[in-house]
Amino acid sequence: MNDQPTPVETAAARGLLSCHHCGSVWEGASEGERCGRCATRLHSRKADSFNRTWAYLIAAAILYLPANMLPVMITKSLFGTQQDTILSGVIYFWVSGAYGLAALIFVASFLVPLFKLTALTLLNYLSQRGSDWRQLERARLYRVLEAIGRWSMLDVFVVALLAGLVRIQGFAEITAGFGIAAFGAVVVLTMLASQSFDPRSTWDVRNAPAPEARTADDDMKSSGETA
Amino acid sequence: MKEIPDAIVCEGCDAICRRVALRPREVSRCPRCGTELERHPGDQHARILPLTVASLILFTIANLFPIVEMELQGLSSETTLAGAVVALASEGMSPVALLVLATTILFPLLQLCILAYLLVPMAYERRPAGFSVLVKLLLSLRPWGMVEVFLLGVLVAFIKLSSMAHVIAGPALWAFGILTVLLTAVISFDPRAFWEMAFEARAGQDE
Repeated sequence: MNDQPTPVETAAARGLLSCHHCGSVWEGASEGERCGRCATRLHSRKADSFNRTWAYLIAAAILYLPANMLPVMITKSLFGTQQDTILSGVIYFWVSGAYGLAALIFVASFLVPLFKLTALTLLNYLSQRGSDWRQLERARLYRVLEAIGRWSMLDVFVVALLAGLVRIQGFAEITAGFGIAAFGAVVVLTMLASQSFDPRSTWDVRNAPAPEARTADDDMKSSGETA
Repeated sequence: MKEIPDAIVCEGCDAICRRVALRPREVSRCPRCGTELERHPGDQHARILPLTVASLILFTIANLFPIVEMELQGLSSETTLAGAVVALASEGMSPVALLVLATTILFPLLQLCILAYLLVPMAYERRPAGFSVLVKLLLSLRPWGMVEVFLLGVLVAFIKLSSMAHVIAGPALWAFGILTVLLTAVISFDPRAFWEMAFEARAGQDE
């Protein structure tokens, strides 16, 4: 449903700076100057956004391997010791018939981090190239990523709780494995990556035709789309 | 440097939009990328302080009482949230323990305390000391408080254990359930509204 792109003027093109903290808009302010209302430094774009996002993404991608290969939970019982990775936990639920739970953990712990890594890599790559490919979908994708990222912490909390609760010496004991530390780091790093990505860069198309000069009044687009 | 009062710059695409007057509970979105521009707070200003106090009380209950208790062959074991953190730390998993401590205890508690600290003086139209720093902190803490994710984690752990032992829900589980609902309302309060409130209060004093 890509209709004709509406000519939109951006704050960067008009020389306006908006405060990311209190939302006020300033004219004639220079980059790095402080907001007249809340004294936050004004920036047109997030500082060094591409490089920071890459750094977090690469670190997360590296840790993604131990997060999925090392055991996250070690169960010692009368029947011996069992080591569980994230996926073997999912399989356990699936085999024991808890399909809903298996699906929930599979999505939250496996699909969401993987999806976040690939989607952010795509978004950051396209933005860095100044591509105008499917901007509206990319903007939506970013909002989805921001919303779902935190739910990956689910497995960390499950393991933490089980490790705290199941401590009956000799009978049953659950301890956390190193996989969960790597996994927690992946979740935190992907959250940091999506926070350092600047969604405005999706719309900063390189070599875009310059918007025609207009008066200040009629180019402030009305934000009529209310819900 | 001059402020342009009737403009909003979209956080998602940098488009300049005109600020429109919203009716209660209305949300304005950017016409280009669909990012939320502004949301009418409704009567949230009046409700937010009582909700914050209620959340603090529930938060205390949720952390003092055991969340789950399990029985296995006559032996029983129970844990609080802090107990789980301590257990992780004692197993040499301090980074994970710290992560759990921060996202489920420290950050939500800090958020609630800052809210209470800011809201009480503001009811008397006074701006408390450290206003600007605290509102900023509130905004940056927002993505890191994960009580609702933790509640889901408790439920998953509960089901996981119920196949191998007898599990009983502790009082803190119910407190966490209600706390999650309250926190959703409290945290949905946009810290930016503090700036609007602060400037309204100031304008009132000047007159």
